[in-house]
Amino acid sequence: MREDLLVIRDLETQFFTYGGVVEALDGVNFTIKKGEVFGLVGESGCGKSVTALSILRLVPPPGKVISGDVIMDGENLMEKSEKEMQSIRGSKISIIFQDPTSSLNPLFKIGYQVAEPLVYHEKFKMKDALREALKVLRDTGISDPEEKIKNYPHELSGGMRQRAMIAMALACRPDLLIADEPTTNLDVTVERQIINLMRILQKEYGTSILLITHNLGVVAEMADRVGIMYAGNIVELSDVRTIFHDPKHPYTKKLQRAIPSATSVGKELEEIPGAVPRLINPPTGCRFHPRCDNATSMCSKVKPKEVQVGTDHMVACHLYG
Amino acid sequence: MIDFFETRYGLLKRRTKPMIKEFGLTLYVIRKSPLAVAGGIVVFIFLFMAVFGKYIAPYDPIETDIANRFQPPSLQHLCGTDKLGRDVFSRLLHGARYSLKVGIVVLTIATPVGVFLGGVAGLLGGWFDELIMRITDVFLAFPYLLLAMAFCAALGPSLDNAMVAISIVWWPLYTRLIRGQALSVRENAYIEAARSMGEGRLTIITRHLLPNCLSPVLVTFTLDMGAIVLATAALSFLGFGAQPPLPEWGRMISDGRIYMFQAWWVPTFPGLAIASTVLGFNLLGDGIRDALDPKLRRVIEVEAK
Repeated sequence: MREDLLVIRDLETQFFTYGGVVEALDGVNFTIKKGEVFGLVGESGCGKSVTALSILRLVPPPGKVISGDVIMDGENLMEKSEKEMQSIRGSKISIIFQDPTSSLNPLFKIGYQVAEPLVYHEKFKMKDALREALKVLRDTGISDPEEKIKNYPHELSGGMRQRAMIAMALACRPDLLIADEPTTNLDVTVERQIINLMRILQKEYGTSILLITHNLGVVAEMADRVGIMYAGNIVELSDVRTIFHDPKHPYTKKLQRAIPSATSVGKELEEIPGAVPRLINPPTGCRFHPRCDNATSMCSKVKPKEVQVGTDHMVACHLYG
Repeated sequence: MIDFFETRYGLLKRRTKPMIKEFGLTLYVIRKSPLAVAGGIVVFIFLFMAVFGKYIAPYDPIETDIANRFQPPSLQHLCGTDKLGRDVFSRLLHGARYSLKVGIVVLTIATPVGVFLGGVAGLLGGWFDELIMRITDVFLAFPYLLLAMAFCAALGPSLDNAMVAISIVWWPLYTRLIRGQALSVRENAYIEAARSMGEGRLTIITRHLLPNCLSPVLVTFTLDMGAIVLATAALSFLGFGAQPPLPEWGRMISDGRIYMFQAWWVPTFPGLAIASTVLGFNLLGDGIRDALDPKLRRVIEVEAK
């Protein structure tokens, strides 16, 4: 059993908009262990990215973390001052965003941007930091890194930029790397390369990864454990084999039937009727019940508890309560 | 060894080539517009006068020669002489220096202040933004010349005080400009990325936000240079700025205006100097703006090929 790196308990984040209060996270619980890849899967707008930003305490206004704990190495990040958080961001927890095109400052050279966190957190001299940056960039498999560090972002392709982003995030050897849809904006061949790269680097650097995606294929390939998210709740959480071979929650089952595969050519692809509910007035009880085939009268009244149905297999559904 | 230098040189050439090409293209686009070229020439003459006017002026600008008062333009006195027999041409040459000085001082005070406040207001938002922008609104609510006059009157009339007064009324323009720019730049993912890398607010503003806001400042800078020359002349004309015997252009018009019908050259030449300088800066500013505008530029580039 591996040690816990990050424990998230009852995390609640809300956005106070003119239209009302949006309950983006409604009590999220999960644990990331040291050296593992934790996949967080869900449809658009279900709160995946908000979870990532809440961990880093970077939820943009009018959003606010209402309650809950994020405990890393025995310390609660929610109780840290902004200054302490700044020293954690980029050195202990890094994040890479889905759009590598706009995540790099167009005015600075790549090498300089990768070196910057080292200067900032590890108090490197710029010259040493640049040398270290070159080393990390070489690890990310950028071709001709000596040349590339002198390039500006617009001179690089999308895949190269994402590699540079990964290098920047890993420069300070963080304990946790949050990858927020790292391959969404890349084409399929480059996606494959980036996934392989992240797997290799994760082993090499011993970093845990919180992988946020809506792509079950990516999760199946990379993740050790998976959390399925729906409308601000984690509805099912288990290791990756169990999620794919023995899913319990109706939403997880439906999600899997919605994946196109090579063996089901000619068959109609199933879709999940309806859309993720608006979270200003979320459905009462279980938030999935309006789209669920197995819904009973209880589902619309009582919020299901998180139940353990196997070793490290949690489901939040009345069918198993 | 020769190989090494050859590759180094090749690398250098490869590296700088796009930059030189880019700059050349910008110059080319500016050159394409005859008005911008005319503006550039006028501005160049103005700068030349300001820097070297002292050395090429044929007469002392302050020394009086009553015997030769109100001489019409001639080869001896290119622009004639004024009521005290001072050579108007020499005074014009010296006057350029004062106009340039005011322009530079005002822009070095007002621009950084305005840019910084605008950047901070744009990035932080909230009550700080409100506070700064409302103060800015108060300044912008008055005609800037009236406000500058009020400050001048309070500080006492002199060219230095005029510079201070114009600086005080000038920064809000930049604050406005940069705040608007910052509001759009701060939505870029690299600002969020910088924050997620643990960078502080000040670093984000100075490293990421402001540098990406600065391109319109270059254009405004050039356009404002003309406006400041005009404002200085106006203040001096009204008696708030330069005091006699300083050969400031606005002051020269003011001193010469009552002799308009006796000796038209005394107020006319400084007037022409002001008008052409302002026009020159405006034309050049327009040219730079067009050259930096990617949409307009594309058309001209295609035409060039």
